[in-house]
Amino acid sequence: MQRFVMAIDQGTTSTRCIVFDQNARLVAVAQREHRQYHPRPGWVEQDAVEIWRNVDRIVPQALRQAGIGAEQVVAMGITNQRETFVLWDRHTGVPVGRAIVWEDIRTEELVASLGKQPGIEEVRDRCGLPLATYFSAPSLRWMLDNTAGLRARAERGDVLFGTMDTWLIWNLTGGVNGGLHVTDVTNASRTMLMNLSTRQWDPMLLEFFGVPSVVLPEIRPSTEISGVTTRVVPGISITAALGDQHAALFGQTCFEKGSIKGTYGTGGFLLMNTGDELVRSKHGLLTTIGYQIGGEPAYALEGSIAVAGSLVQWFRDNLGLIHSAPEIETLARTVKDNGGCYIVPAFSGLFAPHWLAQARGLVVGLTSYINKGHLARAVLEATGWQTREVVDAMNADLGAPTPVLKVDGGMTADHLLMQFIADVLDIPVQRPLVAETVSLGAAYAAGLAAGYWPDLEGLRRNWHLAARWNPVMDAKYREAEYANWKRAVELTFAWARSSPST
Amino acid sequence: MLRLLARGSGHHGLTEIAASLGLARGTAHGILRTLQRVEFVEQDQATGRYRLGAALLHLGTSYLDANELRSRSINWADTLAARSGQEVRIGMHHDGAVLVVHHVFRPDDSVQTLGIGAMLPLHATALGKVLLAYDPDLSAAARRRELTSLTRRTITRAQMLERVLTEVRAQGWAGEAEEYMPGEASIAAPIRIPGGLVVGAIGISGAADRLCDSAGRPRQTLVRQVVQAADSVTTSLVDEN
Repeated sequence: MQRFVMAIDQGTTSTRCIVFDQNARLVAVAQREHRQYHPRPGWVEQDAVEIWRNVDRIVPQALRQAGIGAEQVVAMGITNQRETFVLWDRHTGVPVGRAIVWEDIRTEELVASLGKQPGIEEVRDRCGLPLATYFSAPSLRWMLDNTAGLRARAERGDVLFGTMDTWLIWNLTGGVNGGLHVTDVTNASRTMLMNLSTRQWDPMLLEFFGVPSVVLPEIRPSTEISGVTTRVVPGISITAALGDQHAALFGQTCFEKGSIKGTYGTGGFLLMNTGDELVRSKHGLLTTIGYQIGGEPAYALEGSIAVAGSLVQWFRDNLGLIHSAPEIETLARTVKDNGGCYIVPAFSGLFAPHWLAQARGLVVGLTSYINKGHLARAVLEATGWQTREVVDAMNADLGAPTPVLKVDGGMTADHLLMQFIADVLDIPVQRPLVAETVSLGAAYAAGLAAGYWPDLEGLRRNWHLAARWNPVMDAKYREAEYANWKRAVELTFAWARSSPST
Repeated sequence: MLRLLARGSGHHGLTEIAASLGLARGTAHGILRTLQRVEFVEQDQATGRYRLGAALLHLGTSYLDANELRSRSINWADTLAARSGQEVRIGMHHDGAVLVVHHVFRPDDSVQTLGIGAMLPLHATALGKVLLAYDPDLSAAARRRELTSLTRRTITRAQMLERVLTEVRAQGWAGEAEEYMPGEASIAAPIRIPGGLVVGAIGISGAADRLCDSAGRPRQTLVRQVVQAADSVTTSLVDEN
């Protein structure tokens, strides 16, 4: 009887169920989108019940598509959009309001006031994250403060908190009938409530954010979830859970200290494995857990680029200079260089490594010579230079340069961009054959826990190179261009300072 | 029918169209459905009325952007490489040659060079034969030119090439063994846009003894995988449009 591993990828816009075979080949995919709610400007919510119902549909669907039964599924791994969470009644399983999504910025004011409280330095030290709207703790605090009677119910132990992994595992393992209330370290590391050194909920952080510990799930290593489904398709072992970017790191088999993966979608997410070393960034990066297989965790540094593919979408939808996103490359190739033009897409401030919320985007270097081809180049180059800034920060924090960047995500189809990233980093850029690195990472972790794959080496053998871009750019030219980019970024700071209070 | 839709309000119901052109309702409906499929006509969701489609605007310009084709086909090309164990290329016609718009390495982790942007000969590769077979102008032009001999098996006679292209059209895929490089073979199948026009080809290439059986014919399992990948890309082009 042939056996398989299943991954559930609970993403921001959709939930997918993917079945892999032992060679890490994709056997079946089922997917359902869920609604995004925007009840007020800046608020982003999702219906956790809708997401749960989608899982209920796609798991049997994927099994049918693969033509296999539940008994052929050795293990299930869960991966999910990070920071998004829901609160629910432990006795009825009914959510308290909708899930608050990581993109939600309702806590801007709360975050500003929390930032002035004593102990804020200590908070960053303990959880590894700067205080920002998209981590779970500020939104959880907001819920407790703004939902009538909720804090009392929470303190009585009637309410449970969970990131989406926790919500799905609790439901899959029985819900009100003995569902497991657990999370994995990578998801917990995105809440601002977990201590990076102990990998447990930190009393000081709970105190700071005013969160009663009784609502929180048990934190487990990524491969020690140890649940069994009793609903949807009963009898499948849930052996692993990982946040989506952490799963991508694992799926890319970035197991060595210093290895980096970059996922290029609407934003760009770069994670570097720092091994057993908990690196507290001096260069504007986040410290997080890469994954934890067994006793010791692999730590990671993360640098996020807020605007990558979304700049191409903006170019298409708001400027109308192209009909489809891939055409940006065609347009960019009508010219041989950027013509001296740079675009800094600080649409909602700059993320890593600058962390300047007030910065706003700019187009600089305009002359009568510049045409839409140059602008298209500048759009793609912006993602390249932002990658360079993050990788420079990672190398500086770790004290050693990374030899290669492993990439995935939709933008890897952009040949010009991938070559440009290789050129500005001056290291090879590699794309793996399996594009579904997030789901694959969850499947790997689950299969590893179940003994389906023997060890990390066995997983590494499944990684095959689909494309490799080698750097060819002249060093002098590269450094001159990088200097120009840095000057352009500095101008956005100046703009932020000179604008009226925002 | 297109002229009628281009006139006046530009929005017409089925009955109106049939009456104006003196056609039976069923006939008019059939024609409209065909035009809708190739996006020359659009139907308003709310009113059910028909109007001219966006594709008419682009008539005569490029059919499909090369980078768009890469983006749409990348997952299918990866799947084909994983299943066949061979390297995969997607080609489009450019300037009398095959322009490689996408390339996936052979999944054996050997050192390989990314070949995107390379030009391959039309008459000596499977990708090229597919492009020639479905483009009468292109194959006419190829016949008029001298067919360069690259190996001792390259097709150099126009008549022979024509016979091979007829075969390609009949079977829906093209093969080539040691016609481009000694010891190498390739198999390719057509990628179509809605309406059936062939805009590119997807194919595998590798050692001739891996791709072909003892009689030197392309292995049927590999042919099926290539045709399936081409059909999947074709379907994805329909879905997205």
